[in-house]
Amino acid sequence: MSLDLSTDNQSLRAAVRDYAQSVVKPQAAETDRLHRFPEEAISAAGELDLMGILIPSEYGGAGLDHLAFTICIEEIAAACASTAVIVDVHNSVACEPILLFGTEEQKRRWLPPMARGEVLGAFALTEPAAGSDAASLKTSARRSGDGYVLNGTKVFITNLGKAGLYLVFARTDPEAAGAAGVSAFLVPADTPGVKAGQVFSKMGLNGSPTGELVLEDVSVPAGNLLGELNRGFRIAMRALDSGRIGISGQALGIGRAAFEDALAYTKEREQFGQAVAQFQGLQWLLADLATQLEASRLLTYHAARLCSAGKPFTTEASMAKLFTTDTAMWIATNAVQLAGGYGYVNDYPFERYFRDAKAAQIYEGSNQVQRIVIARELLR
Amino acid sequence: MKIVVTVKQIPDPNAPQKLTSDNRLDRGGEAVLDPGDEYGVEAGLKLKEAHGGEVVLVSMGPAKAADAIRKGLSMGADRAIHVSDDSLAGADALLTAQILAAAIKPENPDLVICGTESTDGSTGMVPPMLAELLGMPQATFAKQVEVKGDKVSVHRQTNEGYEVVEAQAPALVTVTAGVGEPRYASLKGIMAARSKEVKKVELSALGIEKGSPAESVEGVADAETRKAGEVIEDDGNAAERILAFLVQVKAV
Repeated sequence: MSLDLSTDNQSLRAAVRDYAQSVVKPQAAETDRLHRFPEEAISAAGELDLMGILIPSEYGGAGLDHLAFTICIEEIAAACASTAVIVDVHNSVACEPILLFGTEEQKRRWLPPMARGEVLGAFALTEPAAGSDAASLKTSARRSGDGYVLNGTKVFITNLGKAGLYLVFARTDPEAAGAAGVSAFLVPADTPGVKAGQVFSKMGLNGSPTGELVLEDVSVPAGNLLGELNRGFRIAMRALDSGRIGISGQALGIGRAAFEDALAYTKEREQFGQAVAQFQGLQWLLADLATQLEASRLLTYHAARLCSAGKPFTTEASMAKLFTTDTAMWIATNAVQLAGGYGYVNDYPFERYFRDAKAAQIYEGSNQVQRIVIARELLR
Repeated sequence: MKIVVTVKQIPDPNAPQKLTSDNRLDRGGEAVLDPGDEYGVEAGLKLKEAHGGEVVLVSMGPAKAADAIRKGLSMGADRAIHVSDDSLAGADALLTAQILAAAIKPENPDLVICGTESTDGSTGMVPPMLAELLGMPQATFAKQVEVKGDKVSVHRQTNEGYEVVEAQAPALVTVTAGVGEPRYASLKGIMAARSKEVKKVELSALGIEKGSPAESVEGVADAETRKAGEVIEDDGNAAERILAFLVQVKAV
């Protein structure tokens, strides 16, 4: 397995960087400050096939693998983490489960508009009392006539209010405990009873709306059941497995931007008659940051390559997510420190990197959950 | 209609430019498709969208120029012709125009689109020479290009506004940034570019034995740094002294 990127992936990176640096990055500070959904960036992403990265061409997507996907997310995240998480969640935990578990009819109906970016996807698993213990979810789906009626409240839903389609996990067998008895449903946002509740005021990722999805007597036809009845929890777990590779790409992008900006700053900022990067105390820190960043990249690409090659990747994806997001947070923390007072004010991007990086240690399975996943594999 | 767009790979204009020991631009570092040529590709693609046909990129450059050609193909051009030969290193404007003309002629294009000048060499001489060698009329500095029947009509950018210039096709047009922002390559465009034809052409195939530039750079010197100006303090006749200065430098 060559560690060099193929010519295709290099061209892809150059093109996505072009878009990210010219279209996405100039809006990043305002997107954050005004808590504004980056409409222009997302609409351009649709035109450039970035909303259907993993979707095969027969359904209108770019048909690329998880390594290419990771590179795309990394490049967008290096420009604007809010924009990247919107694109990431749509591609990985909304489009991919439909691709993997959908019927031909479901794929034909949903994937083409999702690939064009016309329908934004969202993933609705977490509930107020079911976070890391997702299998304790209470949202119910009751059989009624030819379909199901859903009731419950989901929280921390990314793309809330902007999504055209929610992938909702609900209990179809009230007698079954835990993961058994959970099913997955495709719920169009315009179905009566689907309501976007409170949008949370977060510490970061402010351009990406996150909040409560309320389902009140939401009727969906049986054809909206994704995968098998009562077998939905494994769809959620499979989506999150590869979703963690995307989040690793997200953290890699934030970490890279924080590192590169901090490096540039320390080379320019002069104190005591020289650039502060000339002081060995900072050089050792810069060397450590660069080393950890490189290690994150290799771990992330390794997990992405395993997934692309159809090999088992769950442990590696969790390791990549754990290591890369912790590294991004550590780099961002040090980047603020390296920029001193200017790192702490929002005229510079350092404090934004710091706030955005934090989320990555929590979502898509907290880093404590990643350790459970890794340890479970070790003790098998 | 068949549209040829000339494209060139240049050293990244955002990086510091260096010269080699023989006074040539150092092309060893990061290289990009000339941003001026991206406008040419954009103009070509717009015309293709309006009238159908194909967009053919023609480039002269070393093997690594293939990356710049690939970018143009990712944007949507149909195929490319790449002339490469070691003896072409350091080619001057005339030799470049001769090579491009020899590569373009067999294509019999309806329209040839060039940037107004390369961002690295900036001579601006290749497009007019190329038009002459191809025997085509040229319309330069176009901020808009339209094809009406067998006529090419352009809005020629001037300091005051624009002139409307018409030429009989086949014609050569140079375009400015006014033609519109170059499109970004889409993921599908990048994947499609892989299978597009890039015809590698040797000098011998063009009936040219060896590149021999007529021009060579004998020496390079740094531009003189600007000297401090003269400060005129007003002791009653400042206006006359300023006027005298302006007359002396023929500014008035």
